[in-house]
Amino acid sequence: MTSNSAQYSTCPERAIDQVYRAEWGRLLALLVSRTRRLDLVEDALSDAFTAAADRWRDDGVPGNPVGWIYTTAYRRILGRIRAEAVAGRKAPLLAVGPDWAQNEWPIDELADERLHLILLCCHPALPRSSQSALALRLVIGTPTDQIARLFLVSTATMAARLTRAKKKIVLAGIPLAAPLEDELRMRLDEVCRTVYLAFTSGYTPGTGPDLLRVDLAGEAVRLAALLHDLVPEAPQVKALFALLALQHSRREARLRQGRLVRMADQDRRSWRHDEIELGLGLLSTLPPSDGYVEELRLQALIAAEHARAPSPDQTDWDVIARRYAELEDRTGSAVVRLNRAVALAEADGPLAGLALLEGLDQLLPDSHRLPAVRGDLIARMGDGDQARSWFLEALERCDNDVERAHLRDRIEGLRT
Amino acid sequence: MKYFVLLAGMGDLPTWDEMSPEEQEAGLAKHVAFDEACASHPEVELLGGEALPDGSMATTLRTRGGDMTITDGPFAEAAEQIGGYYVLEAPNLDTVIELCKVLPAYDIELRPILDMS
Repeated sequence: MTSNSAQYSTCPERAIDQVYRAEWGRLLALLVSRTRRLDLVEDALSDAFTAAADRWRDDGVPGNPVGWIYTTAYRRILGRIRAEAVAGRKAPLLAVGPDWAQNEWPIDELADERLHLILLCCHPALPRSSQSALALRLVIGTPTDQIARLFLVSTATMAARLTRAKKKIVLAGIPLAAPLEDELRMRLDEVCRTVYLAFTSGYTPGTGPDLLRVDLAGEAVRLAALLHDLVPEAPQVKALFALLALQHSRREARLRQGRLVRMADQDRRSWRHDEIELGLGLLSTLPPSDGYVEELRLQALIAAEHARAPSPDQTDWDVIARRYAELEDRTGSAVVRLNRAVALAEADGPLAGLALLEGLDQLLPDSHRLPAVRGDLIARMGDGDQARSWFLEALERCDNDVERAHLRDRIEGLRT
Repeated sequence: MKYFVLLAGMGDLPTWDEMSPEEQEAGLAKHVAFDEACASHPEVELLGGEALPDGSMATTLRTRGGDMTITDGPFAEAAEQIGGYYVLEAPNLDTVIELCKVLPAYDIELRPILDMS
C-alpha cells in the first residue's frame, strides 16, 4: 500500500471519501488477514472512518491518511479482543490457507489481499443470494442500505443475510486463501457470475419507480475493474470487464426525463466513448474460447456491435443475430432467444423475428418483454388491433413504472 | 477445526449390491486412498469414520410433547442412502473439499463440528 499523501485532498471530507472509495477493500482485507476476526473488522473500519471525520476536521488531514485509518481500526479490534479475553470469551477465528503466516508486516509492504477477499465472498459454499451482496459490502464498502436497494429487499433483510453469510464463513472454515491452480479458473467464473448478477440487478430492476439505478450498477463495474487490476490476464475477467464497460457506457442516454429511451432513440453523443474504447480494446485481446468466458465474450461482442454503430440504421444486425444464435446454442436460454428474435427482426424483417418467438410462451410465462416484443413486431406489420392487445398483456405483467410508461406510450402511438 | 463428512448418497454410482466385485474393490481402494491422503497431509488428521448399512436398518426416535415415538427407517427420505461418515481435523473447508475428491463420487454433506469445550 502506498502512503503517498500527495494524492489525497487536504479537505477532510474529500480525503475521507477518497480513502473510502480507493482503499476500503484493501484495508478490510489487511485487517481480516491480520486479525482473522471477520466479525469485528467491518464495524471497526466503519468506526475508524467516523473517527476520522471528527479528528481530521480539527487536526487536518494526516500525512498518511490510509495508515491513520488502518491503525485506528486495528487498535479498536485489539481493544475488543482484550475485552473478550477479560470476560473469558473465545470467538472463532477465520480459517486461513496453509501458506498463511502471522507477521507484523509493515503496512507499505503488504501484498494485495483483495483477490483473496473477493474469492472468499464468492465461495460456492455460500448462498448465491449472499455472494455478490457480501462482495459489494466487504470488498468495496457499499453501504448495506444501498445493497438492499440493489437487490430489492429491506435493509433489515439484507443485514441479516450478510450476518448469516459471515457467520457461515467463520463457522464452516471457509478460508482466506488462494485456491489451488485448477480451482482458480472455476472459482473466477463464479466470481464473474456474481459481479454480473450485481450489475444486471442495477441495470434492469423489475419493480418500483427507478428503471436504472446507475450508481448501483456502477458499484458492480467498480468491482469488475478491481478484479481486472488484480488478475488482468484472466480471460473471464477481461470479458466481464469489457461487457460491463460497454453496457454501462450507455447509462446516461437510457433515460430521458424519467422515461426509458430505446437504443434506437438514444443520443449517441452522451454515450461514454472512453469507456467504449476501453471495452473494445479489451475485447480485441480475447480469442474465441469456451465455457462461461465465451458466454461473456459473445455478450460483449453484441454490446460492441451496438457501440460501434454511429447511428441506429448503421447497426450490423446480421452480426448481432448470429452472435445471439451462438449464445443460444451455448446457453439454451429463452431470454437469449427473445433477444435473438429482436435482432433477427431488424436484419430480416418482423416475420422472421415472430417465427423465433414460437414456443417461448411456456418458457417465459411471466415475462412482460415477450408480449411487448410480439406487439412491436406485429405493429410493424401493420396490425394495430392485435399489437394493442399484446401491449396490454405486457402492461399487465410489468412492475416497473418507467417501463410501464413506455408501454402506454406505445399503445397511445398505435392510434395515430 | 473438526469436520463431519457425511457420505449422504451414491450420486451417479450404482448401489453397492449392483456393483461388480471389481467395482466394489475399486471403491474400497478409494477409501484407502482417502485414508492415505489424510495421513500424508501435515495439517489433517482422520479422527474416525464408519460404514453404515442402508436406511432400512435405521431406527428413528422423535419426541413430541414429551412422548417419544420409535419408528422403523431413516429420519428423512433423503437420508435413506447414507453410507457412512468420517470425522476429521482439517485447517479449513477447502482442504476437506479437496480431500473428498479422492473418495468415490458420492453425494457428500460437510458440516463443521461445534467446539463445545
